[in-house]
Amino acid sequence: MVRVVRARGVTKAYGRLQVLQGLDLDVERGQVTAIIGPNASGKTTFNKILLGLVRADGGEVEIDGRRLNGDSAYRAHIGYMPQAARFPENLTADDVFRMLADLRGAATARDDELVDAFALGPVLRTPIRVLSGGMRQRVNAALAFLFRPALLLLDEPTAGLDPISSGTLKDKIRREREAGRTFILTSHVMSELEELSDRIAFLLDGRVHFSGTQDELKSLTGESTLERAIAHLMRQGTSAPHGGARA
Amino acid sequence: MSTVLKIMRYVLMDVLRNRWVIGYALFFVAVTDVLLRLGGSGPHALLSLLNVVVLLIPLVTIVFGTIYWHGAREFNELLLSQPVARATLFHGLFAGLVIPLSAAFVVGVSIPVLIHRAADGETLALLGMMLVAGCALTAVFGALAVLIAGLVDDRLKGLGLALGVWLLMTVAYDGLVLWVAMAFQDYPLEGAMLALTFANPVDLARVLLVLRFDVSALMGYTGAVMQRLLGSPLGMLAAVAGLALWTLLPGLLALRAFKRRDF
Repeated sequence: MVRVVRARGVTKAYGRLQVLQGLDLDVERGQVTAIIGPNASGKTTFNKILLGLVRADGGEVEIDGRRLNGDSAYRAHIGYMPQAARFPENLTADDVFRMLADLRGAATARDDELVDAFALGPVLRTPIRVLSGGMRQRVNAALAFLFRPALLLLDEPTAGLDPISSGTLKDKIRREREAGRTFILTSHVMSELEELSDRIAFLLDGRVHFSGTQDELKSLTGESTLERAIAHLMRQGTSAPHGGARA
Repeated sequence: MSTVLKIMRYVLMDVLRNRWVIGYALFFVAVTDVLLRLGGSGPHALLSLLNVVVLLIPLVTIVFGTIYWHGAREFNELLLSQPVARATLFHGLFAGLVIPLSAAFVVGVSIPVLIHRAADGETLALLGMMLVAGCALTAVFGALAVLIAGLVDDRLKGLGLALGVWLLMTVAYDGLVLWVAMAFQDYPLEGAMLALTFANPVDLARVLLVLRFDVSALMGYTGAVMQRLLGSPLGMLAAVAGLALWTLLPGLLALRAFKRRDF
């Protein structure tokens, strides 16, 4: 297996609030790795460190074998879907798509599959400010896949999507995973993670308390579903085995 | 096309569709038109416009700039998750803020002057200087706005601070200058007055324009000193350089904060 992301001893504090306290994590190519944890466990912060949006205080992070050092070129291979994207209100979705294509100098053809599947065509030229929250989230999802990135960071991707759009997005994730793309998925919807993820990283108090496959997690906790297994880990709290069944 | 220009292009598209910017341009059209109708000759109308320029441009730019920079935060997150360096994004956003506001002012003032055919040689020279001063003030207060928005996360506090800076530089500062002039009237004050002028971009722009309008005799002895020091081409260059420095310093501090911040 080829390692896409390697994080060692990553620390980050916002003022007095220590969010990450020595996070170690490996993400392998062609897999969906779910990052799970209670609120404020550092999931979004870690995603943002991978993107260079947040600077880690300590530790090291490598993507495709290159250590992050403030350079921005590596992000050409990353697609990001934030929890709730906000766009310049007077631009249309089409303007935003074209702008990002311009900025990336995108050599590969656009992947418009989600634009079509979400029926975004009729609203592409409507100013984003008049789109509903769900429509904006569809634009947000389509944007993450648009430039065929090798690594996709999806933060609560189905939040705000109706069941049909949510299903469309999950099908897309599965197909792209089959095509060899790597996903880091953050979500509170356990059924969704159970459906999609190959590996689970459970974060608590800014550290990875468990990293392994769903089966490994279930056998470690003696639970039959991912939801129960995660609840088990949460109840155990800090007494859970640090680094657990990291395979 | 460089990445800064690409970003600027889309920020321009966004800002130019903003109703406030359009309203700002229309305001200058209306005020200049009314002043030209009432004031008669071009130079008189432009002299009346001077106070509007030195008060209103700083106010609109610092308030609009602070709100715009705060509002762009989520969009910054989107752009910074692309292969775009932070400094590049900063320059693109800053240009995208200052250029439309400057353009609104330039177009707003120039259209009535052209329509009323008030553009004789003298008026054109005055208009040129006023446009330079107005654009320089837009750049200065744009830089102050992005510095405030970059340092103060809370929108309301940022807006309050922006208004405070505007009040300080346009209203309170004049009080300070008057107080210095009164308190130290027995001493030679030309040097101090000159230093005080350079320490405030609004005064710098105002003096630059007043000298051009040849009404500096109204400013007494200090006016004469100003005329001698700043009235020369070299002095004007120094004043423009002072305004450039007033843009660069807050701008560079804002860039430093932008590079270090967590989004």
